[in-house]
Amino acid sequence: MEQPNLSYIKSMSGGDKAFEQKLIEIIKLEFPQEKDVYYYNVSQKKHKESAENVHKLKHKISILGLEKSYDIAVAYEENLIEGKTDLKNEFEAILQIMTLYLDQL
Amino acid sequence: MNCIIIDDEATARAIINQLCSSVTSINVLGEFPNAIQAIKYLNQNSVDLIFLDIHMPDFTGFDFIDTIKNPPKIILTTSDAKFAIQAFEYDCIVDYLVKPISQERFLKSIKKAESFLANKVEEKEEVNADDGDSLTDNHLYINIDRRLIKIDIPSIYLIEAKGDYIQVKTEDKNYTVHSTLKNIEEKLPADLFLKVHRSYIINIKKIIDIEDNSVLIKRDVIPVSRSNRPELMKRLNLL
Repeated sequence: MEQPNLSYIKSMSGGDKAFEQKLIEIIKLEFPQEKDVYYYNVSQKKHKESAENVHKLKHKISILGLEKSYDIAVAYEENLIEGKTDLKNEFEAILQIMTLYLDQL
Repeated sequence: MNCIIIDDEATARAIINQLCSSVTSINVLGEFPNAIQAIKYLNQNSVDLIFLDIHMPDFTGFDFIDTIKNPPKIILTTSDAKFAIQAFEYDCIVDYLVKPISQERFLKSIKKAESFLANKVEEKEEVNADDGDSLTDNHLYINIDRRLIKIDIPSIYLIEAKGDYIQVKTEDKNYTVHSTLKNIEEKLPADLFLKVHRSYIINIKKIIDIEDNSVLIKRDVIPVSRSNRPELMKRLNLL
């Protein structure tokens, strides 16, 4: 499975290390909150709300350079909008990989 | 360009702010996590450009645009390309950036915004140039909420000073404008308009009757100061 990376963050920071660190801190703070809301809404079978959470999480997936995972998230969001949960496991595996990666940064 | 950033995601706001910092012509005045806070800010301040997220809870980017009067130029930022067609329905939207935003694409977008704003200034200058001719084409442009509204000069019957504002009364509508009587007096044809009091300019052709110290125009009774009365009497076609 593809692994997260900091290519995007480095490409737009212009070499500003302080900004890179600041952005990582923001992501480390915001990502668990968004993830918690997603898991709660999924557990409550609130598909529309879950789709919105996936939509928000998609941005962080792309920031961490997970291109294929991004496509899965897009498809999963569409599924949730249609009231289906196909790709749920795949999406949650992506969240797990991101969690592990952010923890070691 | 003074701008603000509206996005419910702190990560997105930080990225856009960083991208803005690489462009010297951009000055970020504020960041807002929701549209409501931004609307409150815009009620007190004006900006040239807004980076606006579409997908926000409760109040979307499009709701925001529909709510504010005379929106400035807007660059939409979104994780979704599917709203692009809807975006083209709004004149104020200059570009549509799909997240994650690359520096190259961001700079292209800024150039677009600058070009739109430059055109706007040129249009305004053209209108101001028309202003100079307004005595011949009988029109005057007044600035209300950053909109230039064209007024037919002969339709103006009364202008009243109200503190830092003037109220321009026309046959169809009244307008309150941030200006002075002196400013508007200079723009009006002297053969048609006369300052009869320190707070009033009237259209002489609209006078219904005159009493000692007042004139009746439409339904407004306007005081005439002693010093202005001789000029008024001179301008009337008296028997």
